[in-house]
Amino acid sequence: MRPAGLAALCVASLVFNVAQADSPRPEAARIAAAMEMTPGEQNPYEGNPGGKATLRGGFAPEQAFAMPLPGLDDARAMDFVLGEAMFQKFWVQSPSSTRASDGLGPLYNARSCAMCHPGNGRGAAPQGDGPLPVSLLIRLSVPGGDSHGIKDYLATLPDPEFGGQVQTDAITGASPEGQPSVRYQEQIVDGVALRRPDYDPGMALSDATMLSPRLAPALLGMGLIDAIRPEDILALADPDDADGDGISGRANIVPSRDTGQPTLGRYGWKAGNATLRDQVADAFAHDIGISSPLFPQPWGDCTAAQDACRTAPHGDRDAREFELDATGLDLTTAYVAGLAVPQRRAPQAVIEGRDLFMDLGCAACHQPAFVTERRADDPLRSFQMIWPYSDFLLHDMGPDLADHRPEHRATGREWRTPPLWGMGRTKQVSGTEYFLHDGRARSIREAIWWHGGEALPARNRFRQLDATDRDALIAFLESL
Amino acid sequence: MKRIFLTSTALALGLSATSSLAEAPQANAVLDTYADIAAAKYEDSLITAQALQAAVEVLIAAPSEAALLAARTAWLAARAPYQQTEVYRFGNAIVDDWEGKVNAWPLDEGLIDYVDAGSYVGPSDENEYASLNVVATPKFELGGQMVDATQITPTLLETALQEADGIESNVATGYHAIEFLLWGQDLHGHDAGAGERPWTDYATGDACTGGHCDRRGDYLKAATDLLVSDLEWMTAQWQEGGAARAELMQDGSAGLSAMLTGMGSLSYGEQAGERMRLGLLLNDPEEEHDCFSDNTHNSHYYDGKGIQNVYLGSYTRVDGSVVSGASLADLVAAKDPALNVEMTARLDETMQALGALKAAADGGFAYDQMLERGNEKGEALIMGGVNGLIAQTKSIERIVTTLGLDQLEIEGSDSLDAPNAVFQ
Repeated sequence: MRPAGLAALCVASLVFNVAQADSPRPEAARIAAAMEMTPGEQNPYEGNPGGKATLRGGFAPEQAFAMPLPGLDDARAMDFVLGEAMFQKFWVQSPSSTRASDGLGPLYNARSCAMCHPGNGRGAAPQGDGPLPVSLLIRLSVPGGDSHGIKDYLATLPDPEFGGQVQTDAITGASPEGQPSVRYQEQIVDGVALRRPDYDPGMALSDATMLSPRLAPALLGMGLIDAIRPEDILALADPDDADGDGISGRANIVPSRDTGQPTLGRYGWKAGNATLRDQVADAFAHDIGISSPLFPQPWGDCTAAQDACRTAPHGDRDAREFELDATGLDLTTAYVAGLAVPQRRAPQAVIEGRDLFMDLGCAACHQPAFVTERRADDPLRSFQMIWPYSDFLLHDMGPDLADHRPEHRATGREWRTPPLWGMGRTKQVSGTEYFLHDGRARSIREAIWWHGGEALPARNRFRQLDATDRDALIAFLESL
Repeated sequence: MKRIFLTSTALALGLSATSSLAEAPQANAVLDTYADIAAAKYEDSLITAQALQAAVEVLIAAPSEAALLAARTAWLAARAPYQQTEVYRFGNAIVDDWEGKVNAWPLDEGLIDYVDAGSYVGPSDENEYASLNVVATPKFELGGQMVDATQITPTLLETALQEADGIESNVATGYHAIEFLLWGQDLHGHDAGAGERPWTDYATGDACTGGHCDRRGDYLKAATDLLVSDLEWMTAQWQEGGAARAELMQDGSAGLSAMLTGMGSLSYGEQAGERMRLGLLLNDPEEEHDCFSDNTHNSHYYDGKGIQNVYLGSYTRVDGSVVSGASLADLVAAKDPALNVEMTARLDETMQALGALKAAADGGFAYDQMLERGNEKGEALIMGGVNGLIAQTKSIERIVTTLGLDQLEIEGSDSLDAPNAVFQ
């Protein structure tokens, strides 16, 4: 599809821990053939977006993202429910006799994972002007800091006063950092009403401080994403557009606390987290103020300038060493990694839309499928053909979507291609439907309309379709 | 917190009374018994909570060691019928949405009353946060909002201390809030012994210990009154004309599915997993629901009992009378007698294991001790319960299949499309 340019090889050489065992893949040709889409015909595998890990029936609609991989062995099935308990646990402030549950904050955004990820679906943005709901965060940073030996790294640091994020809640007596809010300006762009957000962090920030709004993503299939081989993602990168197709996907190489070395990032709106364990521990630390082996500081996101927060009681003072010990972190990670992907709805019925999706070039970034790595002890995630519809690479999406806040190698105009699987179930799981990194898009159509930068030509091709074809394409996306 | 173990929705099948061996009851008859038992269990929970309320009133009016012990005894008695209602939680949305108000755990102790900062190696002695709890402080900031707790009322507990964003759990109300106020924190770690709050925490005048005894009494009363009114509400939902009963009776198959979902989810994810297994893994002596009173062994026992008596369709009330009727056991026996024998045996085995755990704890082997890393006897007792609950879950799954309740999700199968293959 897209030749790996020289630049991709340069990037690969920076990734010290890329698994070399499987590459080049002996079955590469067979895999490529199996992923092919013949116009008008359903690909035999596309109805099972998670391969063996696809959920086929037996769940209520709102539970579509909260079910375990079907067929987990007994031990993993128990780990899943234990991790689910961790995910739903309400953390309490210290000191508390329940030492495995205390250490909340002192500053935090939510008391539990489930509060921002209800039903494991994506978060909600505000309907109109007003305060941000719990699942829409404001991240903060200033330029500066270490490059970690990573080429083309755009070094940033947490805001020296407020840290890496605005925390909107606090334990008794402490004060939240601020209550961010947003004002939307409605604009008609090429006939579609879009709302352009303007964020107010709710507190005074320095001139150097950059902020970025981030909506909680849906959690389906996270363990499958983890099983994609790094070289398969890197093979899709083309940072200098060597093939001249206008698409220049770049890998985000990020420092990883989990691996201890620069690693391909794949989680988060700018692919800022390398492993699922990194992502889960990061969320515990910043969103709930919980320390863990990966984030040992008990005061969460508080800076040296936030003295009252730093000196408040915390949950580290017992035999368990961290507020969330390794067992708890591993169980929570196992839960997220164990979430299944629900079946496609009627792929044949939307085949025209799928073919349009391919013809318009959407797949240049929204790569339909991967086959995961082989794993001897993990049959459900091993060598599975999965259909996330993302290359997990960074793309310049134009000035209108830019947050002007770099993250590792990602510039202020770049975003990781989000996976599209499950997007058609957003309403049934989350109750609301908001898309893009800050939920500004109130429909799939609006989300497409915002595509700029590298995606602008494809977006314009969509715009030139007649109404029937547009509806067909959207129906396809809703079937995912 | 909605968690689904099995299907919770199903197409209406209309089970027919066919069997070569016995007359199968109609689905509606089984659901009737299920709802009758729910109404009885919640009413028993209400009755015992009212007795607790009376004991609390005595404690506040005339505090004494005896009055505190009487209140504690009443609390313990109130738990037995309530724990038997937990089987209704998963599968009945009305219960699940309400449950976080009455049984949330863990509790935000520091939000409610003093906590023993002395036993923790904390950073700062003049910890300004220590006294910032509802009992000690009439006005304080919580999450950026000022809370006016001048009057401690049920409404204050229900609204001002409730988590924002519509989260059902309230970390400051319910059984465990009352438990905390009656027992205090259990500072014994992995040793025997429960919370040892002195009765003088409720004494008037100079005899008051812990500060603000009047406000502590107010909180205890408000929390108890709130519990009683919450239980009144839930009891009404299951009586004739109540919303929970109506919801259940709408569709026979969906109702049976709800029954089995409740049994399965409580057995597996909630009890075996979250309440028992997780405690063994997390190395915290207080990772147990009734952590202040060390009553967790009883909570486990009555949780199990509640699952069993729902399956068997027979519940013995606190006054000794029996509520019974057409049961799931009857239904299963008519369809597959061996499966009913299996299910009944699994439930029995679980109750044996939970009974052994209860007996050991009643005999002085505290649950906190059982949780200690390396305590093999304790681990064996707890894992006995866990394994029994896991085993019975498998039988519940088999019943779901046998009764034809494992339907594909409502939104229509695409089995009419080209077959969906799995790449190898």
